[in-house]
Amino acid sequence: MKDTIKKLVETWGPSGAEHRVRALIEGEIDGLADETQTDALGNLIALKKGDGSGKKVMLSAHMDEIGVIVSWVDEKGFVRINPIGGVRPLYEAMGRVAFENGTIGVIGLEKMEKPDQVPPFEKLYVDVGASSREDCPVQVGDFGSFVRPMVEIGGHLTAKAMDDRIGCAVLIQTLRELDSSPHDVYFCFSSQEEVGLRGAMTGAFGISPDVGIAIDVTGAGDTPEPQSKMATQLDNGPAIKVKDGGMLATPWVKEWMIRTAEANAIPYQLEVLAGGTTDARAIQTTQAGIPAGCLSIVTRYIHSPSETLSYSDVLNSVKLLLAMLSKPIES
Amino acid sequence: MTLEALSNAFGPSGCEAKVRRVVIDAIADKVDELQVDHLGNVIAHQKGTQYPTFKVMVSAHMDEVGFMITHIDDNGLLHFTKVGGIDDRVLPAKVVRIGPSEMRGVISVKPVHLTDRAERNKVISYDNMAIDIGVSSKAEAERLVDRGDYAVFDVAFEDLATSSSPMAKGKAFDDRAGCAVLIELIERGPYPFDFWPVFTTMEEVGLRGAQVAAYRVMPDAAFALEGTICDDGPRDGDTSPTTAVGKGPAISPMDRSVIADRRLVRLLIETAEAEGIPYQFKQPGKGGTDAGAIHLAKTGVPSVPVSVPSRYIHSPVCMLSKEDLRNTVRLMTATLQRMTPDVLSTR
Repeated sequence: MKDTIKKLVETWGPSGAEHRVRALIEGEIDGLADETQTDALGNLIALKKGDGSGKKVMLSAHMDEIGVIVSWVDEKGFVRINPIGGVRPLYEAMGRVAFENGTIGVIGLEKMEKPDQVPPFEKLYVDVGASSREDCPVQVGDFGSFVRPMVEIGGHLTAKAMDDRIGCAVLIQTLRELDSSPHDVYFCFSSQEEVGLRGAMTGAFGISPDVGIAIDVTGAGDTPEPQSKMATQLDNGPAIKVKDGGMLATPWVKEWMIRTAEANAIPYQLEVLAGGTTDARAIQTTQAGIPAGCLSIVTRYIHSPSETLSYSDVLNSVKLLLAMLSKPIES
Repeated sequence: MTLEALSNAFGPSGCEAKVRRVVIDAIADKVDELQVDHLGNVIAHQKGTQYPTFKVMVSAHMDEVGFMITHIDDNGLLHFTKVGGIDDRVLPAKVVRIGPSEMRGVISVKPVHLTDRAERNKVISYDNMAIDIGVSSKAEAERLVDRGDYAVFDVAFEDLATSSSPMAKGKAFDDRAGCAVLIELIERGPYPFDFWPVFTTMEEVGLRGAQVAAYRVMPDAAFALEGTICDDGPRDGDTSPTTAVGKGPAISPMDRSVIADRRLVRLLIETAEAEGIPYQFKQPGKGGTDAGAIHLAKTGVPSVPVSVPSRYIHSPVCMLSKEDLRNTVRLMTATLQRMTPDVLSTR
């Protein structure tokens, strides 16, 4: 599974330009689903049919990653950028960005008046090795994403775009290992999550499931002075979401996840996330409302080029999903 | 010119009837079907000549930013709230039109003689301002105005006597410029596909009309026409304007509300280059448009915003180049002629 994760996280795909990730996933799941389709917003939806006795279950993981878009090229060929999704200049300065045409650039930072100040986005520029506007290989409107290969550190994996290619990897693996299920399972690889759950909104409307589960990353509270005080820790198993900034998990969906984990001796932890939300919110609020929950992979340094998570948590997430899908659902 | 009538019409968000009248008069005999929905959107339809089941929606919003009267005080002054986004700094000493009769009033201001330096350097909040309609009592004011009456800036459309480029000034070019373009597109129809021109309501308060119109039409693709932010004046350093006057229609790869469909962006660029029509990109990430609501309707709609650059929008007076307006019509006409189901068959 590590090979799949590596391919996924190293693929280029900011929000609205997920086509390469989609093509990769199409290859990975080739022949495994009964039907696949790509909708108007670029969601890739694969259906694995059940035996007809179960429910319509939607699993959603987003293909897009945070990135940048070119807003201006100055006369010396330096490129100005605007963020796509929640990009933090502090995390990206002096790193590298790749544009769709293969151009690589260094993210430079203008001199700060106060050196200890957090840089605003306007202070960033991209150096693509050009010397004038005319010879600059990128133009206004071009999309870019950050560059950082995956490495293993201890039992952990670190890379850009773990948010949410790890969810995509979990869905792919679940689809690979799902022999039979009572349920019609829709694997939705969604687009444009980082700019406001946009893909999941239209994906969920089209699928119109009986229940939906997002698979996404969540924060970790186990580092020195963590960014947010959370009980979640790496290596303690998949996190079952109770609440985040945009969703209260439907109680029976949460209970279904907990019950299944306990019955199958799969480690789990409960998650309460203060800010941010997932595709589950879009699913829960589409049409007349749909029961929804979220299985989270606890991740350190989210929205940085070194998003770090536990491989054992990933394997246990697949186990939990498979166990949940193998039996009828009591709601 | 239609833009003149559209610009002069009174039509803040939720009160678009007079703009709707101008629109309907201009298009009624040129479309196969015309309906006004529950939110006041004008939804028109020209049947396709070649691909009758391939639906393309083109939208422009009829509403403008304005005001609503909240209470009338004992002196007969009208207090107000804002409808849509308006900077308080542009309000004092402006003439406004109020209510169904469009009677004039002035947003009151203290003479410079009576203000000290500190006061002059401060922005007054709109809730500390009032509209003076020249009466001296509450009773007198109440005979003329009701609470809940709307008001808009009072600025007449006018061509400017410039030699270099044909400029015009007026109010509400955001988005009467888009409405003017859309009316022209209807006049040049029909098109190979099923054409759904939609004049929307309540964009300035959150894309509300477009949301329900897109749900009803549920097109295969959509273009949102806008009169958009233009800040091409002198700048600090070598930085980007959002758009610039005179450089043609602005294609938006991304704004706050939508990431444009890549295939439609490509089609617009290829068309502009093939036809020699000038175009520019709107600086990504700025502003929101009806495309933001349209692309999220039901199972989703590939969408892109195309805009006429307009200086000073959301203020009493906007300024645009009629050359940009013409080039927007040219680009959209040529793009629509190339708009076949094939455009969306690739990813």
